[in-house]
Amino acid sequence: MARVLLFGRLADLAGWRDRLVEASSLASLRDLLAAGDAALGEALTGPGVQVAVDKVVVRGEASLAAATEVAFLPPMSGG
Amino acid sequence: MITLVAEPFEPGEILTAFCAGRDETGAVASFVGLARAERGQALALELEAYPGFTDTAIAAFADEAKARFELQDYRIVHRIGRIAPGEAIVFVATAAGHRRAAFEACDFLMDYLKSRAPFWKKEHGPDGGRWIEPTAQDRTDAQRWD
Repeated sequence: MARVLLFGRLADLAGWRDRLVEASSLASLRDLLAAGDAALGEALTGPGVQVAVDKVVVRGEASLAAATEVAFLPPMSGG
Repeated sequence: MITLVAEPFEPGEILTAFCAGRDETGAVASFVGLARAERGQALALELEAYPGFTDTAIAAFADEAKARFELQDYRIVHRIGRIAPGEAIVFVATAAGHRRAAFEACDFLMDYLKSRAPFWKKEHGPDGGRWIEPTAQDRTDAQRWD
């Protein structure tokens, strides 16, 4: 089970911020989320959206072990 | 030190504490950013952070600033959650041997916090809320230091 976190407009779009999802890779996680919510699936791969796995930004693919935290980060605004 | 806080804070108290017991510091510069009402168009700001990610990113940047400007110390306090007009959003203080380094480091840290720090900001106005991204001016300000 990966813990998925959404921030900013992604959380508003999805209607949730924090959810447990059974997925073994980032690609399968994206597919699962897109299957449940096409608009969210599209937004997660939109321009400027970064992915952090266990609080480290990753580019490209990553495998997900149990209890991995995956955060989808829309463009940051600054404070 | 960096602190993200969900409740209003008192900048004066933090500055007083930051200045205490500094026998070798010649200069402390500080900055306080407040939430603007925008003549009634901004009812509140909502700032979202990713605890453990946002504070770590700011700390890494601030430690670079500390080395670059030969700072003795810094203090950053940043609000998260819902912020009303007139409340402080951010406090930055820098301590150095001399004033130039303290001023410049404070300015540098604010440019980073305003444009690149990992926050997500929503402005609540009379017509609802909207997520906002850094302005072109914020980016230009930050690029001065590249």
